Amino acid sequence: MHHVVLDEWSRRTSPVHRAEPRGKLLGALAFLVCVATAPRIEVPQFGGYLLLVLAGISLAKLPVVPVIARAAVVLPFSGVFAVMSAVAGDTDRAMAVVVKSYVSALAVLLLVATTPLPRLLRAAERLGAPRMVIVVVQFLYRYLFVISEQAQHMRQAARCRGELARRRSAGWRARFRAAAGALAVLFGRSYERAAAIHQAMLARGFDGRIRSLAPPAGSATGWWLPAAAALVAVAIRLAHRMEFPWPL
Amino acid sequence: MAALIEVHNLRFRYPDGTEALRGVDFRLEGRETVALFGPNGSGKTTFVLHLVGLLRGEGEIRICGLPVEKEHLKTIRSRVGIVFQDADVQLFMPSVLEDAAFGPLNLGLPEAEAKRRARRALEQVGMAGAAEKAPYHLSAGEKRRVALAGVLAMEPEILILDEPTTFLDPPGREALLSLLQGLPQAKFLVTHDVEFALALAGRAVFFEEGRIVGEGPVAEVARKHQWTVNQRRFFSGAQTG
Repeated sequence: MHHVVLDEWSRRTSPVHRAEPRGKLLGALAFLVCVATAPRIEVPQFGGYLLLVLAGISLAKLPVVPVIARAAVVLPFSGVFAVMSAVAGDTDRAMAVVVKSYVSALAVLLLVATTPLPRLLRAAERLGAPRMVIVVVQFLYRYLFVISEQAQHMRQAARCRGELARRRSAGWRARFRAAAGALAVLFGRSYERAAAIHQAMLARGFDGRIRSLAPPAGSATGWWLPAAAALVAVAIRLAHRMEFPWPL
Repeated sequence: MAALIEVHNLRFRYPDGTEALRGVDFRLEGRETVALFGPNGSGKTTFVLHLVGLLRGEGEIRICGLPVEKEHLKTIRSRVGIVFQDADVQLFMPSVLEDAAFGPLNLGLPEAEAKRRARRALEQVGMAGAAEKAPYHLSAGEKRRVALAGVLAMEPEILILDEPTTFLDPPGREALLSLLQGLPQAKFLVTHDVEFALALAGRAVFFEEGRIVGEGPVAEVARKHQWTVNQRRFFSGAQTG
């Protein structure tokens, strides 16, 4: 089975992987607040934030270039707002939107690439996140693998029946039709699967309330690394003149 | 003593009009293992889903003497454990141990007891070493074992296994067979695998078009309904002359 890359990264070992998930979650949150509330893009400060995340990536022994490339997934979204700001004549804001979103995405990627999602969700739960949200994310993540595996099988089956040869000759319209058909089948199967999962849950006594074992207690030793990273982020933030992005 | 499963004149029609069950009568006495044969689409799984109230048709069903009605569903579902054909639909918790503990927790057991039962069930199926693993990291055979553990942890009186040998390699199939042979529960086996049924079940029933059309010793039922490898029958529709 092909696992998603993030899942494989998150199961490696390094000091960052071993750090307490609650600490990492809170550290990442502190980092995001620092970045989001920075009044303007100043090279020394944002260089500092970037270096901090890159140090984390390197300490976590993650492949730097693929991580940097993956974080760019946020750019098409923030890019739209940046272009709107630029067109409106506010180039500072346009720059801030792009830089802040990218640095934030990089930090979040570091968090999820060094913490297996079940542990991350448990940490969120222990920090008081609503149970229902946790359960929904859990299910989403669990069946993402099943659905992606199914999609891969469909793709292989299409290739076996000469889809590649046909694709070269077929126009975009035919390709679009094939992709839309595959998507519809995936949706239909996912819907059926959801109904089957619900039946399997009911068969084991599910009555609408998810009950699960309490998460194991965390260790106190894994806190220092995320705490230190959060402190550095706060220090960089304080290095901006004590200004606020909004009028007080 | 009441039969563990007692079904009388069960009928069911899907919302699209397909008549899936057309008057099924069935009994399962204490501690016996019964195999259920029948072609794809003959209503086997639909029948099984009725036994725990996941589908509701016309007719009468009693499990351990209790009618399958809303007020008894909790008790009935604690006594009848279903291992579904697709283990992926049954393993939805983040770790193997949590999945095995899902049923016991729903029974209202305290956490320590649920955990103890889950661990014991995982030991029974030889998966204790995978307790902390995520279900998507398991092989098909391992998933099947964990799904069985999730049901065994509820300590049911009746085990229903829907196509238990699908996706299993021969060693996995053998391991499952010896595991099931060692379990004391009554078993109801929905399968196409005659050899597996011969090794495990005392009798068999044959389903066709939503009805039980044959019943008796496994070998006899399989022979009577030609339920063995029969290429001519399978490909007869494709023959041109």
